[in-house]
Amino acid sequence: MHTAYSSQISPGVALRCVKTDKFKTGCLTINLITGLNYETAALSALLPRVLRRGSTSLPSMERIAEALDDLYGARVEPIVRKKGELQCIGFYADFPDDRFIPVGDSVLPDVAALIGDMLLSPDLSGGLLRTDYVESERKNLIDDIRAGINDKRGYSVDRLLEEMCAGEAFGVSRLGSETEAEKITPETLTAHYRHILDTARVEVFYCGPAEPEFVETALTPVLRRLPPRGDAPVPKTEVILKPAPDSPRRFTEVLDVQQGKLTLGFRLGNAMEHPDYPALMVLNAIYGGNVTSKLFLNVREKLSLCYYASSMLEKHKGIMIVASGVEFSKFDEALNEILAQLQNVKDGDISDWELTSAKRAITTAIKSAMDRPAGLEDLYFDSAIAAVAYSPDQLFAGVEAVTRDKIVEMAAGIETDSIYFLTGKEVQHGA
Amino acid sequence: MELRKYDHIGEQVYSGKLPNGLSVFVVPKRDFNKQYAFFATDYGGADRRFRFAGNWLDTPAGIAHFLEHKMFDMKDGNALTTLSANGASPNAYTSTDITAYYFECTENFNENLDTLLTFVSTPYFTPENVEKEQGIIDQEIRMVEDDPDYAVYYGLMKSLFRHNPIRDSVAGTVESIAEITADTLYNCHKVFYNPSNMALCVAGDVDHLEVLEMAQRILPTEPGELPERDYGPPEVLAPVTKSVSQAMEVSLPIFLAGCKSKPIPARGRENLRYELVSALALEILAGHSSPLYFRLYGEGVVNSDFSASFESVAGEAYSMFGGECRDPARVFDEVNQEIVRLSENGPDGALFGRIKKASLGRHIRSLNSFDAICANYVAGHFRGYDAFDVTELLSAVTEADVTAFFQESLSPNNMAISIITPKE
Repeated sequence: MHTAYSSQISPGVALRCVKTDKFKTGCLTINLITGLNYETAALSALLPRVLRRGSTSLPSMERIAEALDDLYGARVEPIVRKKGELQCIGFYADFPDDRFIPVGDSVLPDVAALIGDMLLSPDLSGGLLRTDYVESERKNLIDDIRAGINDKRGYSVDRLLEEMCAGEAFGVSRLGSETEAEKITPETLTAHYRHILDTARVEVFYCGPAEPEFVETALTPVLRRLPPRGDAPVPKTEVILKPAPDSPRRFTEVLDVQQGKLTLGFRLGNAMEHPDYPALMVLNAIYGGNVTSKLFLNVREKLSLCYYASSMLEKHKGIMIVASGVEFSKFDEALNEILAQLQNVKDGDISDWELTSAKRAITTAIKSAMDRPAGLEDLYFDSAIAAVAYSPDQLFAGVEAVTRDKIVEMAAGIETDSIYFLTGKEVQHGA
Repeated sequence: MELRKYDHIGEQVYSGKLPNGLSVFVVPKRDFNKQYAFFATDYGGADRRFRFAGNWLDTPAGIAHFLEHKMFDMKDGNALTTLSANGASPNAYTSTDITAYYFECTENFNENLDTLLTFVSTPYFTPENVEKEQGIIDQEIRMVEDDPDYAVYYGLMKSLFRHNPIRDSVAGTVESIAEITADTLYNCHKVFYNPSNMALCVAGDVDHLEVLEMAQRILPTEPGELPERDYGPPEVLAPVTKSVSQAMEVSLPIFLAGCKSKPIPARGRENLRYELVSALALEILAGHSSPLYFRLYGEGVVNSDFSASFESVAGEAYSMFGGECRDPARVFDEVNQEIVRLSENGPDGALFGRIKKASLGRHIRSLNSFDAICANYVAGHFRGYDAFDVTELLSAVTEADVTAFFQESLSPNNMAISIITPKE
């Protein structure tokens, strides 16, 4: 199906290649990995956007667009990912494979050089990142941070995590805060750029039909231009096993909305001491991660309490989240039922059917993610930065091996930390 | 089944037609883990008035979407659950013109396909399960009403169109779905879910003959009639209102402007060719490689959310452009000036060439997605064209085609703008 290769270009700089012929495109990402923290999150999030505006060889968006159009509509987009308490920034590129463009052309070396220039040779003015680019992208970043509110489902999850993890790096949102973004100047951003370029661990990922040697040849000249760094280990995510307060904290926010949102955050407890990711994924799927889950079948289908109710796992951090859309008048009833279903998991009230369905759903989800270039990239990237590394085959075997007892043992430590209500202006919730 | 090869894009398709009228397509994909099945009817939110047993029947807004939800109910359980428990990841959607049911899986493909074909062809509605669904869809409607992209789109549709049902939300309203009964659902199923009005498309490493055999065995054996629908008389090109706005909980104004144009050929390669010409023209006008976009982006008036697109559906055609924007009125004016310029001078030759090259590349990229392949292939089939002919037709588009689009399909007189403003 596919073969994975990994090579250490220099200390702190790794290249991973997945060779496969099945896609019509090649995909290339370059990632700089740093710790997530309040003061620098907005700076890091802004950086790839500013670098994307122009390099010395292609100093404007127009020139970059022309070059990419000429590379058969290749895409290069800034990426900012939050993985546990890491912030990973860089570029995602994809481009048609050589089999589908006129004979003799090869896009990968040109795309690699273009990204390399973007990252390493920005268009500077007086030694600083250009003021007009910094200003314009800073404004866009602030707009994006504010736009979080447009999607009420995502907004509710962000707000829950912000409150629940106040004081922890995990409470910082992926794009950083508006307050910190407001303070950014060309001077501070340039200094941050130099710092990240000098110190961050660098992970480069390619997936597509090119031979790993060809990929390495295309990328080595770019990566050799990076300043030398030490081993640049991945910063650690602080995993908090238990909630700080004895009883769950409650937060209510009022907005002019038609439908309420009820969002809960749980700490995973001792299960995070030596995390068994496959088992955690199965637990989450049984509880609310899937349409055969307890939340979906009971809270939504049987009792019609919510339009949607599902759980998500933040496996690097040790948090599980339930997100639901609820009529205002049904907040209390839905909350009780969501918690009652968790209790059922803890009590081991899990049928063979539920266990098998959950396992199948996870295996299918991983296998089908591997059928998409971006899914494959994320799978390998996630493993590269996880506390415990794994291969896809180890994940499949791990999922298969999960028993009901294992789920019960892990669930025993799960505690409710925080409950967040998003309610409408017309109705005041009594909670 | 007949095999057609498209070597330049590395694809092939087996196609066949069953005696009951169902069209079946299988797109072989080796080396992938998953198999994907897409079963759709040529029936969407706009198909509300149709002929039934000799009479014209009017049905409530939102009924196609409601029917989609209800189809999952089976006498002995729920198909969503059955498929999921069997390792499939199922879903469905209703658009203006298509209702589609699909799943992907990595094992038990035949069993899952059996379930899909069975539940979509077996209606089971009771007053109780209809009433319960009304509660669920009420919540869905409330949820989308909080979505500014939804609000700005239907604001525009209602400004552009007087009576064509595309002006109403595919999900309907809380009031309209309250009128739905089990009987109406049975009628709609009978008319639109007959195999002659449907298509099945499978992608993956599967046995194409087995797919055909299963469809033959499981689905009704009798062909049905192709439904007759009515979207009302043709609309005039002038909009109902020039502008509409609504305040919502958003961070920045969001706008969507639209321009009605005369209907394009409803079927065949000409339909696809018009769609491709229009999409290319709008890329040149306002896409992310256009001079207008660079100017507005550089000035901070629009962001990367800004885009333009073309639609032809239910006998109507229209172009749209919009995004998040601090000054929608200014962008609206600038786009109009650019239209005048392009109508007079035509596109820049180098830009035209580059955007065409990039569009071909983007089309190649879209073939990574089983969802996109199946959805496009079936949509093309319903409109009488072969979706894998895109590269061939796109390559043949000329600057004159694009200039003609600017001249004929974009006129300030036929435009309206819908704006969502932030609440104070």
